[in-house]
Amino acid sequence: MSTVSTTLHRVGDRFRSLPRPAKLALAVLAVLLVYLLPIINPPLITTTDSDFGAVLFSCAMYALVAIGLNIVIGYAGLLDLGYIGFFAVGAFTVGVLGSQHGKLPLLLCIPAAMAVTMVSGVLLGAPTLRVRGDYLAIVTLGFGEIIRLVLVNTNWLGASRGISNIPSPPSIDLFGVPHLVWNGAVASIDLGNETRFLQFSVTDSIPFYWLTLTIVLVVLFLDWLMQNSRVGRAWEATREDEDAAELMGVPTFRFKLLAFATGAAIGGLSGALFATKQAFINPDNFTIIYSVLFVAMVVVGGQGNRWGVVLAAALLTWAPEKFRFLSDARFLLFGMALMALAIFRPQGLLPPRRTVRAKQADEETEVLEEGVAHA
Amino acid sequence: MRSVFKIGAPLVAAALALSACGGTTNDAGSSGGGKACDLKIGFFGALTGDAANLGINIKNGAELAVSQYNEKNADCKVTLTSFDSQGDPAIAPGLAQKAVADKKLVGIVGPAFSGESKAADPIFDKAGLNIISASATNPALSENGWKTFHRILGNDATQGPAAAKYIKEILKAPKAYVVDDSSEYGKGLADIVRKDLGSMVAGSDAIQQKQTDFSGTVTKVTASKAPAIFFGGYYAEAALLVKQLRAAGYNGTFVAADGVKDDGFIKAAGSASEGAIVTCPCLPPDKAPEFATAYKKAYSSDPATYSAEAYDAANVFLAAIKAGKTSSADMTSFIGSYSQQGVTKNVKFDAKGEPAEVSVWAYKVKGGKIVPDQEIK
Amino acid sequence: MDLLLTHFWELTITGLAIGAVYSLVALGYTLVYGVLRLINFAHSEVFMWGSFAAVWVLMAAGAGKASGLGLAGYLILGLVAAMAVSAIVALLLEFVAYRPLRKRNSPPLIALISAIGASFTLSELMGLRDKPLKWFNASGLQDYLGRPRENLPFPLQVETKRLFYVFNYHVSNIDVIVLVSAIVMMVILDQFIKRSRLGRGIRAVAQDPEAAALMGVNRDRVIRLTFLIGGLMAGAAAMMYLLKIGVTRYNAGFILGVKAFTAAVLGGIGNLRGALLGGFILGVAENYGSALFGSNWKDVVAFVLLVVILLFRPTGLLGESLGKARA
Repeated sequence: MSTVSTTLHRVGDRFRSLPRPAKLALAVLAVLLVYLLPIINPPLITTTDSDFGAVLFSCAMYALVAIGLNIVIGYAGLLDLGYIGFFAVGAFTVGVLGSQHGKLPLLLCIPAAMAVTMVSGVLLGAPTLRVRGDYLAIVTLGFGEIIRLVLVNTNWLGASRGISNIPSPPSIDLFGVPHLVWNGAVASIDLGNETRFLQFSVTDSIPFYWLTLTIVLVVLFLDWLMQNSRVGRAWEATREDEDAAELMGVPTFRFKLLAFATGAAIGGLSGALFATKQAFINPDNFTIIYSVLFVAMVVVGGQGNRWGVVLAAALLTWAPEKFRFLSDARFLLFGMALMALAIFRPQGLLPPRRTVRAKQADEETEVLEEGVAHA
Repeated sequence: MRSVFKIGAPLVAAALALSACGGTTNDAGSSGGGKACDLKIGFFGALTGDAANLGINIKNGAELAVSQYNEKNADCKVTLTSFDSQGDPAIAPGLAQKAVADKKLVGIVGPAFSGESKAADPIFDKAGLNIISASATNPALSENGWKTFHRILGNDATQGPAAAKYIKEILKAPKAYVVDDSSEYGKGLADIVRKDLGSMVAGSDAIQQKQTDFSGTVTKVTASKAPAIFFGGYYAEAALLVKQLRAAGYNGTFVAADGVKDDGFIKAAGSASEGAIVTCPCLPPDKAPEFATAYKKAYSSDPATYSAEAYDAANVFLAAIKAGKTSSADMTSFIGSYSQQGVTKNVKFDAKGEPAEVSVWAYKVKGGKIVPDQEIK
Repeated sequence: MDLLLTHFWELTITGLAIGAVYSLVALGYTLVYGVLRLINFAHSEVFMWGSFAAVWVLMAAGAGKASGLGLAGYLILGLVAAMAVSAIVALLLEFVAYRPLRKRNSPPLIALISAIGASFTLSELMGLRDKPLKWFNASGLQDYLGRPRENLPFPLQVETKRLFYVFNYHVSNIDVIVLVSAIVMMVILDQFIKRSRLGRGIRAVAQDPEAAALMGVNRDRVIRLTFLIGGLMAGAAAMMYLLKIGVTRYNAGFILGVKAFTAAVLGGIGNLRGALLGGFILGVAENYGSALFGSNWKDVVAFVLLVVILLFRPTGLLGESLGKARA
């Protein structure tokens, strides 16, 4: 497994050392390939028991979740075990405004969902972020459960019936894209099965996948801008040593709150996308186990590395669908895989570069210290 | 520049291979014609995870019908494919989309729960795939104008009043305590019972699914001294609740609905389940003994909750296949005009896809078995 | 509201009884946290395995209706089985899921992933326990291994007897058994940690692992010991749980684990007496919440209480101190 990620890192290095136009061309090609995945249906990757477009949509949606949670855990170092709460708030904001108590169009619902989750992030964060470390974990876990239980028990929010008929994004029907079917290694074009560009309907998840993927790319870009700004450095300082950061004049509390609220807003955005794709939500979708899975995505990916968490989120969503034929045993295998990963690859699949560097620095210091001790 | 090529080469090669394939092939999707054999019926519901037990009951019922059909029609067999939704509305749409893409699939027994039905049924409706649910009892499901939606059992709006009637007229209880499990099924049912009992409701409480300690509820129920308690929910919680109620010395009659009609209730509650009343919109098994024996032979256990409904539902599809009515519209009209005596009832659907004739029976736990008590008319 | 007043003592005492179960499980979280600074997410499965051990052993022993000496015998048998299996599972867990990480100095969060993985593994193993039936055609084990995702009933039937009154509540024998044995267990543990040599080792490591190592405390042994004690307590909790609830299930540990962990944090994680206090408060608060708002709100009451307490006492009610209070 470690060879895989060193290879990946090496690919990354190669990529970085390329001249600009080549870089651009390659990036565009890769992105295009990802967009076309559900059309191409690559034999080994496609899922046989569940619709591939729907699975890819879930992958993209959870990737977005992981990017948001990565800001909270990876950048700011705050263990949030209740992230599903924000996801739920986002989804239900869309449900309430778009179907249950209003008929707002989706394009208004989504920003509203982000705003509401951001506010709920601040409301939860302001009192609780003063609590340190593991206490925060249990407080957030409690928050996630409170949200779910309130959803189950509040008639105004649909209670356990949930909310149906959530609006879809506006469609513009331009042209059809026929899918490929594979027979062994030979691909052929299936004209009887096409995806309309860009028609959002319950029977075809692919347009939702494209929409979500686009949002993921935009958020990744913003995430990159943010991490390389003053804010990103302040988060890192806070994570590594809160007291030192405070002494150096970083208002750590405010930055933690910012991370929390930003993460919450992204969680809300993914919840909103989930709601519109499903067209139906109920509180069963927001159980505590998802919060645990989200944390697993971030840590497995290598907390702090945005590509790592995206990869892990996609992998952890895709694998249970791909290996459906294992039926009951797949959760057992999932558990064992997590343990194996923790033991053999403790830094995650793709540790962030900074950690690799920091680790080398640590090792060097250790060598130096020992050298002094021996002398 | 060398490194460009090294990374670039495989990608370019892949792209070329792809376009080459695309150029040499043509339409492979529409393989119409031929004899309408090796058709499929789908089962849609939980086969793994927490709610798996119910799903397996349903799947077994459907599977039994299919294998009996195949014995009689060996030259033109039907297969049953499973869509394991884990009962999760988030997973259901992907499976439903896969199901509707399968041109050989002509009908679905399911979806099992009301939640996943709401997520998946719009897809089935849009794609014209006919479904007959053997267990989703939310009354609102048939109000969406879905043409392909059918269910083979009475919804909560038929069962709730029957349960209330039983408490009022047969138990002659002056008041009753009502508890639900906050689930869509349990709360929906209990709300109907509350409305029908009106001023007879001695008190009301709700629990959560998966809770295990009900001491608060037990205190409330025993304090109310009501001679009967209605519980809206499934057997897992029902067993714990009745056990803890009896341990606290409460001896009123425990009344619940079809979600409790399962051996698991008696197994987990033990002697505390004795005398409990379970309503069910289904005929007692002795009305169709051959089904029970065949089921027992195939799965070495008695038919459990919803197995018989699933058997009837699958038989509707099988009859349509036998009659050659396999296109979406043909199937819909075939089901619309279907009328046959099944295991659970005279199977016939009204315009909304609801069963046309529903009789609700009361069952009683007696000597560690659920036995028919009487029809609630 | 009326109910809370008229049935105050009933709600309090039944709440304390379930609180005792929370407390015993919470001890496992607290001990491990105190020594390793690790949320042992899989501790709930240690509890669950113990409960299955008790059920199976009593099924094999043919337990049914019992009273007097026979009852006592069955109770002790079940307790020993549960404690033994829980302790073994806890030690295995430490050996497989945590020790390799410790040896590699992994980042703290990765231990949480290992714990989550272990938790999935342990509960799914129990949820798949019917598979051997098919392989070995062991139909005699149907009652033990069949219907693996369902409730497995506790075979021992203890007839409820009302013993004495606390104000207007007639206390039952089960309340007494659960409460008394939980408190006895905790007093023993408290004294053990406080007075024995091994207990001193635990406190030393909790306070300062490096200094403790320098003083000749074997850290690995201390860690094994904490897992062992945590396992024993979880086993005892499993037995109490079975007495009170009457069934177990492959995922019975999950919710109980969340509650117990909440209890540990409420009292001050790393603090043994805190775990005791936290468990009792949580159990009682849930019952009051049920009476006031309905049982479907009781978990909300529990979590809101936690958040409020942490806001005013950020390290829990009694503060964290397995060794002594840290800065």
